[in-house]
Amino acid sequence: MRDIVQLVIRRLLLGLLTVLAVSLVIFGAVSMLPGDAAQEILGQAATPESLAALRLQLGLDQPAWLRYLHWLGGMVQGDFGTSIANGQQVSSLIGERLANTLFLAGLAAIIAVPVALVLGILAALYRNTLFDRAISALTLTAISFPEFFVAYILILFLSVNLGIFPSISNISPGTEFWERVYRSLLPAAALSLAVIAHIMRMTRAALVNLLGLPYIEMARLKGATPRRAVVVHALPNAVAPIVTVVALNLAYLITGVVIVETVFVYPGIGKLLVDSVSKRDLPVVQAVCLVTSLAYILLNLLADVVAIISDPRLMHPR
Amino acid sequence: MTTRLGEMTRRRFGGLAMTSGAALALGAVGSAARAEPSRGGRLRIGASGSNASESWDPATWGLSVMMNIGGFGSIYNNLVEIRGSGDLVPELAESYEPAESGKVWRFTIRKGVTFSDGRTLRPEDVAASLNHHRGDDSTSSAKPIVEPITDISVEGDVVVITLEAANADFPFLLADYHLVIGPAGDDGTVDWAAHVGTGGYTVSEYTIGSRMLLARRADYWKADAAWFDEVEIIGIDDVAARMNAVMTGEVDVITSADISTVGRLARVPNLIVDEVTGTQQFTMPMFTDVAPFNDLNVRLALKYAIDRQEMVDKILYGHGRVAYDNPIAPANRYFDDSLQPFEYDPDKARYYLQQAGLDGLSVDLHAADAAFQGAVNTAVLFAEQASKAGINVNVLREPNDGYWSNVWTKVPFCMAYWQGRPTEDWMFSQVYASTAPWNDTHWKNERFDQLLVDARAELDDNRRRAMYQEMQSLVANDGGVIIPMYANYVSVRSDQVQNDGNVSSVMELDGSKIADRWWFA
Repeated sequence: MRDIVQLVIRRLLLGLLTVLAVSLVIFGAVSMLPGDAAQEILGQAATPESLAALRLQLGLDQPAWLRYLHWLGGMVQGDFGTSIANGQQVSSLIGERLANTLFLAGLAAIIAVPVALVLGILAALYRNTLFDRAISALTLTAISFPEFFVAYILILFLSVNLGIFPSISNISPGTEFWERVYRSLLPAAALSLAVIAHIMRMTRAALVNLLGLPYIEMARLKGATPRRAVVVHALPNAVAPIVTVVALNLAYLITGVVIVETVFVYPGIGKLLVDSVSKRDLPVVQAVCLVTSLAYILLNLLADVVAIISDPRLMHPR
Repeated sequence: MTTRLGEMTRRRFGGLAMTSGAALALGAVGSAARAEPSRGGRLRIGASGSNASESWDPATWGLSVMMNIGGFGSIYNNLVEIRGSGDLVPELAESYEPAESGKVWRFTIRKGVTFSDGRTLRPEDVAASLNHHRGDDSTSSAKPIVEPITDISVEGDVVVITLEAANADFPFLLADYHLVIGPAGDDGTVDWAAHVGTGGYTVSEYTIGSRMLLARRADYWKADAAWFDEVEIIGIDDVAARMNAVMTGEVDVITSADISTVGRLARVPNLIVDEVTGTQQFTMPMFTDVAPFNDLNVRLALKYAIDRQEMVDKILYGHGRVAYDNPIAPANRYFDDSLQPFEYDPDKARYYLQQAGLDGLSVDLHAADAAFQGAVNTAVLFAEQASKAGINVNVLREPNDGYWSNVWTKVPFCMAYWQGRPTEDWMFSQVYASTAPWNDTHWKNERFDQLLVDARAELDDNRRRAMYQEMQSLVANDGGVIIPMYANYVSVRSDQVQNDGNVSSVMELDGSKIADRWWFA
């Protein structure tokens, strides 16, 4: 147990370093884009005088490295700063949207993970049958289409033709829980279709790998049914790779929802990020990217911890 | 392909119908007789153009549809208002009158108007709200509008505005969406972040850049306006999502319908497509002080080398009107319909090239869709058309990011657009006068500059009309801009949403005043 605590601490510190590197890269990348915040905010209406005045107001007349240090200084004290574009607190801008995005990602995960696991186990159980091939073909087809296409197909059939679900996810802070679930179901379904194949194929591959090992053969010889051999004997040993792929896909659900959010007009963090990049609103871009990179780091850490608990050998790599 | 042909004929019809009236609501023609306005309901608007960098400060407004419809159109009032018919009427001013033949304007402030926080409207509020955009360190987008103001003072109930020179159209400028009136604090400035106004609605929920919910004020000073109980503005940037939303009844109205597919909505019962030819125009400015564009013959050659009707058909799918390089649009008061049209004529273009002493011509045209949706296609289509006249147009694709700062007004020939302005003077002063802040053609014409000043001070309507028409002809025949088309505003509404048939063409959705003026049947 002490080993695991040590590992978590070490990984968290490394994560901090990663986040710092990420923030530097993002700052550099946004700085390299043509045009600055003042130009993007004023757009066609800019005159040299108003540009100069706005740059002064926004503090853009300072050199880039100084602005970065300022931001970092605030960050260390837990202050995300204020948005360049609208002067609001970044934390208040992000808070509600992040909650919405997490809700959507959570809903998609609740649908996708069990479905993918069950399908993967079934596919391993009935491997190389027509059923296995059909499942693989279907899920791979779903993942091969771009998400917006899947989203439009869902809208066309379930919303425009049948009228079962709303075509846009109009959600506000006052929306009650089940209404919120109902209005988020279509985007969650579109997201689920994008990740199910991944998890399902990984589950199947991990199980099929194990099924060729002698201990499974032994279990079968003892008289265990194929189902028992897969679920009781093989599955516990396949947890590590499955958890890893699940974690990666969960992180994708949080970070990769921009397109689905746009199509369904879901009030999440994706649109905020796009708007902020186009307006060169660095504090907001930084904060959003920080949150998403944290999601990746933490989910990966969680996956590793679970994997190690399930298979202590991973603690001591050869 | 057959559907395409079918659409074509309908488009032609649309084009013809459009030429017969300045601002014509196509949908309204077919709809049933209008009922009297009635109160109630929640109007849900699916609007394009929201963004997470919008702010309550009216000095920053322009790009955010939330602020146009929710701020300018619902929360606030201006001193004056442009009605759907295009007439200017007093709003927070009870009346106004010029003095010193248009150099000084006196606005008598309406009595008994209250802000949503209970304060009573005073002339000081008006002065403070206008002063917000003035001053050397102002970054307001409305700064060029208030630039000619030299002094604002208060005399009892009257706000006295003094200009540096006479301007007969000055009151029109005060209907601009930046110039809303907010309550002044003790320090003489307005706290815009509090979004307190005299308008018909107050904000009950707001998520920046994505959704705004407004509720009607019971004590709104206008008796015959703000009919809805609630107005919900939902930012929907994806055009397919907007179309789906109005088709499935998730919203009652959408802005900026998809012009390539909106024709098919005619088959959906209960939906009405509204179309208005506003002042919005797509432009191609050239620097008239840079070779080869400094030669008028070259400019004329280019003007004859563009097939405007094909542009309207293929870029706007017929949802627009052909323009002949006239920045004054059909929706403007003194629009000159009799300007000599530049019809597509490769031979004439060749002739003017010869006059310029050239065998052929090769020009670079910078384009990005940031200029307007379809700008790159327009440039490519122009290159194709011009090639028949021996002109080689080399289309250079630019990034959308930073287009207005790094390309527009920086390169000699590019794509651009103008929202247009409700008055001739406003449009000319900001873009085509030799000293205009956004003179994107570097065009300098003494006669034009003189007429601009004279027309401002001219109070006789006929003489003003003549002046403005001469100026339109000067820009078209001598200026450095190609304006191939005026683009329509195309919106879609449920047939439950009604208006009085006079839909303003200043901006989308009745000049953004939909919440104030429309109602549910």
